[in-house]
Amino acid sequence: MNLIKLKQKIIKTATIANEGHIPAAFSILDILWVLYDRVLNIKPKTANNPNRNRFVLSKGHASIGLYVVLAEKGFMSQKTLEGFGKADSCLGGHPDRKKVPGVEASTGSLGHGLPMAVGLALGAKIKKQKNKVYVIVGDGECNEGTIWESAMLAAHNKLNNLYCIVDYNHSGDQTLDLGDIREKFKAFGWQAVSIDGHNQKEIYRALTKKSDNRPVAIIAETIKGKGLKIIENNPEWTHKYPKLEELDKFLTEVK
Amino acid sequence: MRKQLADTVGDAIKADDKVVLLFGDVGTYGFRHAAAQFPSRVYNVGILEQSMVSMAAGLSMQGFIPVVHTIAAFLVERSFEQIKDDFGYQGLGGNFISIGASYDMASWGCTHQCPADIGILKNIPEIEVVVPGTASEFDSLFKESYDNGHPTYFRLSFNNNIGNLKVNFGKANVIKKGKKATVVAVGPMLDRVKEACKDMDVTVLYYTTLQPFDYKSLKKNISGDKLIVCEPYYSGAFAVDISQAMSGRKIAISYIGVPREFPHHYGTTGDIDKSFHLALNEIKIRIAKIINSK
Repeated sequence: MNLIKLKQKIIKTATIANEGHIPAAFSILDILWVLYDRVLNIKPKTANNPNRNRFVLSKGHASIGLYVVLAEKGFMSQKTLEGFGKADSCLGGHPDRKKVPGVEASTGSLGHGLPMAVGLALGAKIKKQKNKVYVIVGDGECNEGTIWESAMLAAHNKLNNLYCIVDYNHSGDQTLDLGDIREKFKAFGWQAVSIDGHNQKEIYRALTKKSDNRPVAIIAETIKGKGLKIIENNPEWTHKYPKLEELDKFLTEVK
Repeated sequence: MRKQLADTVGDAIKADDKVVLLFGDVGTYGFRHAAAQFPSRVYNVGILEQSMVSMAAGLSMQGFIPVVHTIAAFLVERSFEQIKDDFGYQGLGGNFISIGASYDMASWGCTHQCPADIGILKNIPEIEVVVPGTASEFDSLFKESYDNGHPTYFRLSFNNNIGNLKVNFGKANVIKKGKKATVVAVGPMLDRVKEACKDMDVTVLYYTTLQPFDYKSLKKNISGDKLIVCEPYYSGAFAVDISQAMSGRKIAISYIGVPREFPHHYGTTGDIDKSFHLALNEIKIRIAKIINSK
């Protein structure tokens, strides 16, 4: 599905709020969409079903992408979405599980979501449930030691119900050279595949990949700000929002 | 205390199929029976405390009651942010049981010591803090509170009181009533305080739960115009609660606890106590001096 409408909502919401991480939201949007549209099978009415599949946005700063998808899938109203960042809104710059319907984990500080997802996946195993746990981490987030601690934990405990998607938008390139992340996950005992993180067919195939007894790492090659040329891979836009007078131009240009 | 830890947690695992134990390669021998009997709910997770705490939060989200165990410095100081974000902020229940206390591992040096634990954790809204003074007190306090839906920290020590009191979660015990002053003893300090005050006309209160703090018992039993708090961790960790409880009252408050210094000694816990003026005879002198001061 073409996600222009969702991207327009992200731009509009962030512009009005003067808040929100547009480039990160755009880099994971295709992945989020495939998850909520075709893989997770979570609906507002079944959002508390103990047997549900779980999704954790470990890179919580991309929250606005998650909110837009949740709104599209009926977890919140358009009005709620438009309140993003306001004092009395349930929607903050990082998602809060106690406030936002459909959000499984409160994230923000990097390196927490994956180990929590390990606990969710282990819990499902203990209960002998068949549900799966999906988590998106960033490539910059892979600097955190807890990512690799969790990689060991998941492999050791044979958590083949755990899918870790690395949003490889290269934001970490300005710091550490991560080398070959796919090979790193393989070396830690995971199955690992590389995909185009904006190709929804490839995303779906990877998210539904049959696993052996190993957890699955999906290295999704993505572009920060994908679809809006002015912000694509432009570090100036990491924490910048369009001005109101720029809004129409951005809404027209986004692809 | 190690045996009690294994017995108490072992009992909980047996009695409640929601309990899952995660430990950081500490206490492995003690937990061997539980591990053999309930392999799907007992994990020697490895030496990765931060991920162990976050992982416990994931288990809590799945409806389990996690029990996380390792040495205090690694559980509290290394994993503070995980306890704060993943349990406190997310409103999840779980139990954190430490050993090593302030400087039980006297000869191991300050990397294995943690007199800051109580003061640090006090900064997390919603957390409960328990400092048992004996093994059986730990047993009853744990059983009373482990499934109450809050994150709860239990500070276990090898240096405990002799004899047992019936204690209740969230309630202070009145040890004796007097007129000249009030002395609060926290957890393992009780024996020293009791002995030091045996010939003094003072009220002695005993606290094993520090958060939620039992304001009521302190207000109800306060005697004299001096309050002395004797605590086995960095002194003054609960100064805010004590002052709030005493608000509006003309009273001099003193704290006798671990000073904010790295220990200069190895040896035993007793050796470090002596260097910090926390041995029985010194506590007695310090309390008497405060009581007799004008």
